[in-house]
Amino acid sequence: MKYMLLIFANEAGQQAASKAEVDQMMAAYGAYTQAMIKAGVMAGGDRLQPTTSATTVRIANGKTKVLNGPYAETKEQLGGYYIIDAPDLDAALSWAARCPAASHGVVEVRPIWTM
Amino acid sequence: MAQEDDELARQTAEAVARRGYGKLVAFLAARTSDVAGAEDALSEAFAAALIDWPVHGIPRNPEAWLMAVARNRMIDAARRRHGGERAADHLRLMAEEMEASAASQAYIPDDRLRLMFACAHPAIDANVRAALILQTILGFDAAAIASAFLLSPSAMSQRLVRAKNKIRQAGIPFRVPEREELGERLEAVLEAIYAVFSEGWSDPAGTELRRRNLAEEGIWLGRLVASLLPEEPEALGLLALMLHAEARRGARRDGRGEYVPLADQDMALWDAKLIDEAEGLLLRAGSMGVVGRYQLEAAVQSAHVVRRRTGRSDWAAIEQIYDVLAVMTNSPVVAINRAIAIAETRGPAAGLAALDALALDAQLAEYQSYWAARAALLARNGEVEAADQAYQLAIGLEPDPAVRRFLQRRRSEMSGRPEARPTSDQTG
Repeated sequence: MKYMLLIFANEAGQQAASKAEVDQMMAAYGAYTQAMIKAGVMAGGDRLQPTTSATTVRIANGKTKVLNGPYAETKEQLGGYYIIDAPDLDAALSWAARCPAASHGVVEVRPIWTM
Repeated sequence: MAQEDDELARQTAEAVARRGYGKLVAFLAARTSDVAGAEDALSEAFAAALIDWPVHGIPRNPEAWLMAVARNRMIDAARRRHGGERAADHLRLMAEEMEASAASQAYIPDDRLRLMFACAHPAIDANVRAALILQTILGFDAAAIASAFLLSPSAMSQRLVRAKNKIRQAGIPFRVPEREELGERLEAVLEAIYAVFSEGWSDPAGTELRRRNLAEEGIWLGRLVASLLPEEPEALGLLALMLHAEARRGARRDGRGEYVPLADQDMALWDAKLIDEAEGLLLRAGSMGVVGRYQLEAAVQSAHVVRRRTGRSDWAAIEQIYDVLAVMTNSPVVAINRAIAIAETRGPAAGLAALDALALDAQLAEYQSYWAARAALLARNGEVEAADQAYQLAIGLEPDPAVRRFLQRRRSEMSGRPEARPTSDQTG
């Protein structure tokens, strides 16, 4: 089954991090990604620009409304995702638990809708 | 004659349903991840049996017959739903495996434990796990479960549907977890089983057949888990705890249906066979060297049973066990029971002091057992007025009419007692 791991973390905290902390985090994500590739579960993933770069669009009464900012203001923000191919939820959960964000933010695990 | 055949078919189908329902659902669901589909297919198979068996006779292996019909129904349903190539592949695999197991002398592997672990998975809401186990393993319908858990049938049915969808959509596995992750998962399974039992236990008179069945079914599930995981001390501990409680069922009410507290129960009415079995299980669990909540709670029951030999519960042991349980669980119910034990070992004033230490917890204001314990200890300590107030609260919070009447009797006995003096410095 394919799952998306949605990574939520506190942007403000990340922006306030020291260079050493940022390096440490980048190294942790690098190792995590490598481990998933090695295990053959990695099916995609990206880091996202911060929510300050986000724009939302909706059409109401035939008019396109464009707003600055993310859809939802939350304590933790969506900062990236992985797509993994895992045999079942337990396997997906154990990969989610290894994600660096799991220890300072939260990782949501969602099965991908298959047609 | 036809009528007799109908009757025999119905009885056989019912007997198979009772013994084998969970096994058949577990087998079908474990291979398709589709619990609701497995249940639907199986109920269609039972309906088909009631038509077929009176005409063609009861098959030599009714379970295998039902399995074959249910399997075909599931394949048909999946074909209707998907139709696509991928679905066909998946179905072919499933059919082949089912064929293989059907060929091997209709031996149906027992996947009930795997199904239970799926139902009690941490990804499933904790408040629906016990209900889900009742439905999938025991075949209870949503209305029966709803009435046992005091919910509306539609609310319960919605929760069950959502949980089954979650199992399928999220890919919750049907498997017994590896040793290192078994701890938390097994806890959820045992908790769900204990919830089933407790729902039944809360109707001590057994006046509601449905609830009484829940206690029996809880024990049945406990036996199943203990037999499938004989090396897990907490599985044995839970079974011992339930058997100890069940052993006293007959003594909890007198001939007129009035509540009899543990201390006044007629020991001749305790079921010695169940107690012996519980003691044996607890001993075996204890030899495995890992203590846990259920073993400790069973050990409390065991210390009460000592009364059969000595005439008195072993309160010193009970206090010690509750000390450990209080640290382990941080549960207010445990803390109340600990205070009751302290009152037995060191007198009611000490017990009251232990209760006072809990009084800061706002939740306790609605705890019937807190006020009942407080009332009894205050009364023993001669604080009639305070006891009277505590009894009033306990009575107001008690849902069981028999217990309510008991508390009312205690309350009026106390105020009517001429020797009761309103002093607070007495010790028991």
